[in-house]
Amino acid sequence: MSVQVEDLTKSFSTKAAPTVFQANFEAPSGGITTLLGPSGSGKTTILRIIAGLESADAGRVLVAGEDITPVPVQKRGFGLVFQSFALFGHMTVRENVAFGLRTQRAPKDQIDARVAELLKLVQLEGHGDRYPGQLSGGQRQRVGFARALAPRPRLLLLDEPFGALDTRVRLELREWLRLLHEATHLTTILVTHDQEEALDLSDRIVVMDAGRIQQVGSPNEIYQSPSTPFVASFIGSANVLSGRVSAGHAQVASLSLDVPANTPDGTAVRAIVRPHDIRIERAGNGNGVCSRRTAAGRISRMVNLGAHVKLDLALTTGDAVTVHVARREYDGLGLVAGESVLVDLESARVFVEDYVI
Amino acid sequence: MPELAQAQPAPRLPLAELDTLPTRRVKTKAGNRPALRGSLSVRISLIALALAFLALMVLLPLAAVFAQALEKGLGAYLRAIRQPETMAAIRLTLLTALLVVPLNTVFGVAAAWLIAKYRFPGRNLLITLIDLPFSVSPVISGLIFVLLFGSQGLCGQWLSDHDIKIVFATPGIVLATAFVTFPFVAREVLPALQAAGNAEEEAALVLGASGWRLFFRVTLPKIRWALIYGIILCNARAMGEFGAVSVVSGHIRGVTNTVPLQVEILYNEYDFVGAFAVASLLTLVALATLVVKKVAERFQGARSAEGLR
Amino acid sequence: MATAAHIAARPGWRPGPLPGFRPTLGFTLLYLSLVVLLPLAALVCKSAGLSWGAFWATVTSSRALAAYKLSFGGALLAGGINTVAGLLLSWVLVRYRFPGRDVVDAIIDLPLALPTAVAGIALTAIYAPTGTVGGFLERHGVQVAFTWVGVVLAMVFVGLPFAVRSVQPVLMELGPELEEAAAVLGASRLRTFLRVILPLLAPPLLTGFALAFARAVGEYGSIVFISGNMPNHTEIVPLLIVTKLEQFQYQQATALAVVMLAGSLVTLLAVNLLQAWNRRWTGHA
Repeated sequence: MSVQVEDLTKSFSTKAAPTVFQANFEAPSGGITTLLGPSGSGKTTILRIIAGLESADAGRVLVAGEDITPVPVQKRGFGLVFQSFALFGHMTVRENVAFGLRTQRAPKDQIDARVAELLKLVQLEGHGDRYPGQLSGGQRQRVGFARALAPRPRLLLLDEPFGALDTRVRLELREWLRLLHEATHLTTILVTHDQEEALDLSDRIVVMDAGRIQQVGSPNEIYQSPSTPFVASFIGSANVLSGRVSAGHAQVASLSLDVPANTPDGTAVRAIVRPHDIRIERAGNGNGVCSRRTAAGRISRMVNLGAHVKLDLALTTGDAVTVHVARREYDGLGLVAGESVLVDLESARVFVEDYVI
Repeated sequence: MPELAQAQPAPRLPLAELDTLPTRRVKTKAGNRPALRGSLSVRISLIALALAFLALMVLLPLAAVFAQALEKGLGAYLRAIRQPETMAAIRLTLLTALLVVPLNTVFGVAAAWLIAKYRFPGRNLLITLIDLPFSVSPVISGLIFVLLFGSQGLCGQWLSDHDIKIVFATPGIVLATAFVTFPFVAREVLPALQAAGNAEEEAALVLGASGWRLFFRVTLPKIRWALIYGIILCNARAMGEFGAVSVVSGHIRGVTNTVPLQVEILYNEYDFVGAFAVASLLTLVALATLVVKKVAERFQGARSAEGLR
Repeated sequence: MATAAHIAARPGWRPGPLPGFRPTLGFTLLYLSLVVLLPLAALVCKSAGLSWGAFWATVTSSRALAAYKLSFGGALLAGGINTVAGLLLSWVLVRYRFPGRDVVDAIIDLPLALPTAVAGIALTAIYAPTGTVGGFLERHGVQVAFTWVGVVLAMVFVGLPFAVRSVQPVLMELGPELEEAAAVLGASRLRTFLRVILPLLAPPLLTGFALAFARAVGEYGSIVFISGNMPNHTEIVPLLIVTKLEQFQYQQATALAVVMLAGSLVTLLAVNLLQAWNRRWTGHA
């Protein structure tokens, strides 16, 4: 059951910028597609439009090739899990899970069997007669999942399902969700601002910012080949260095980096390089070839973060760069604070304003 | 889609049972923080002042009603109530309440739902209109019905042609009472609806619930105590309305007198025991209303304390 | 509201995902029209039928002027008293613990639930020269019943719940953090109260005042017993209207009603403006 979002646009007020602007993406059948972005990026709005809780100003949503825009919420047959759980507080866990089946008017014994099956799936067998108010946050969200899955939805929509939970519960439920999905292959659309969650769970990631889709791709693509500076800095950590084009090359820090041909001189550029992609060595080490991609600097601060060491550098040009060095390599190098070093920024990706490489 | 039954072996993770109860959002009152309590003497004098004011302004009149009613003993009290005119007044008041309260309840819930759950042009105007009877004097409330349905009113000619009496008859009393009391249910239900939020209704919607099912099984249980209090309050006001009914009823003894009007008549005839005896009936209704409110608050508070937001 | 209409005009606009919009809107509008709008329209119609001269003569007669003074002036005074009392009562109820607090909280709503006529005769019984308090005051040369003092007293009675219930929820929501910050910075309790808490309570206090005032101006049943109803002395505007009605002088009654409504409207507007101005300064919603 693939989901196709075409040119979706939505504004909540005539004065401010649209919340969602011409969103286009496809969620492949049987996979987990994640809408990833900061608060206010429009991802929840898109999810709600797919669910039918909001109506788009323009564009449409196709599920298995069929335009569902005119279909009312109740008839869409999707499952929705809320960040705030949205459990029916005055009903027991059992009654909550059974709700969707009751509206389908299934016979009682079928409902009971299905509810039991789901409670077992979310490991809440003994809790059927308790009320949501008596459960912990993690337990409540598991009821939320059970309730959404009970009526056998054809699409599962998750609105920051773990956002309201403690870190430990969040990680465990994330793992539980991954296993569940492997077993059921139910097409799932997940909304989150947690990039780690996105990288861990997704088959496809849709990165959004300020209502616009920045990039669609697999987690690997998004991480290795970000197509905009926003994506590069939102996923994983990144150093951002600014510069300008002159004499046909991007002059960033003390480096000369490649830019596409015909880029006019004077255009602003940004170079993005991940902290663990930077190679570092002592200055004046003999091997220290100062090349187009190597810059000189001084270590201003060193912090031991367990598996790696974080080095804050001040380059001779004044730019600040952070380098992550694996523990083993660090021990081998024996660097100290204040030392002069050379950094190889070979893996920097250059972004020209308004245009991606 | 593969049956979930096949999924059994897979997601059997030892999910951590963080079995602590959900953290209550404890509304820390300043009373819990010793540094903010202020000196004992200040506290005591403020409490004493507040209580004295309340006793003087509210408790004293309350006591006076019963003191005066029972001044000549229980027998005289009961006799006053059993007077035929008084009984007629009680019947009329009950009839009015029976008609007005259900109508205003349905309207109140509909209006509160409308305002709480939707955004539409004119919403603010609607909110203002609902508060209207509060800012209009009850006398004016009665006046407008006289202007509309009275013999010299806009519809007066048409009504007398068809021999329908509204003003100076029961229908007028019912209408005027409905006007004056219609905000009560809406005003109690609206904040409850707004506080409860939309998430549960949306969840029910996605799960396929129709409008009525959604309302009766999801929304109503959440707001039932606010609704109960609104109904009880509307009832108390409907039974006790004086100004508007006074204008509209014509004061025809035994026919168009409600209990409050009867109180006035007895008082003006210097039958103090009678007046206060009848008044005490309504006072008891008022006290019952307050008790229900306290109970309602306790139950509604118990729900939110369980962290069900 | 212009923006709302704008949005509603766009194709595909829905008022919200929940079902039931049309039926509830339809029913609400129908009921409102029948019970509220139509009768009010009658008022407007009837008053339009008055000649300007007759209108002016009625509303500026000395008797009417005396009534305005009493109704509006008394309501202002009562509103002021209620605002102070409301603040005191809310503070005590929210911040302090004492035995019987629940009872006190419930009792405050009594003027709301009690029929106005009952309140009227009860207050008269107490404050008349023959009553408990009235007798005591009489001996000391103070007359309450059948004077404007009694009128104001009754107005305070009916307005009290509004003044308290406007402030109470806001006070409850006010966490202790602000006061703690002030305390750490060295402010005394009094200074904290005057400089930190009171300004934050200004909007609800104003609202409470407006509501109490509006109630007091229009109040009839609680006042007509204790006031004595002497024209030009202790006659409130609503009573004047009723008197005119009983004399079948509908035109005059309508004229006075229009003045009352206009007065209430102006007050409400003034209060709304004050609230908006206050919001601009404190940056509050």
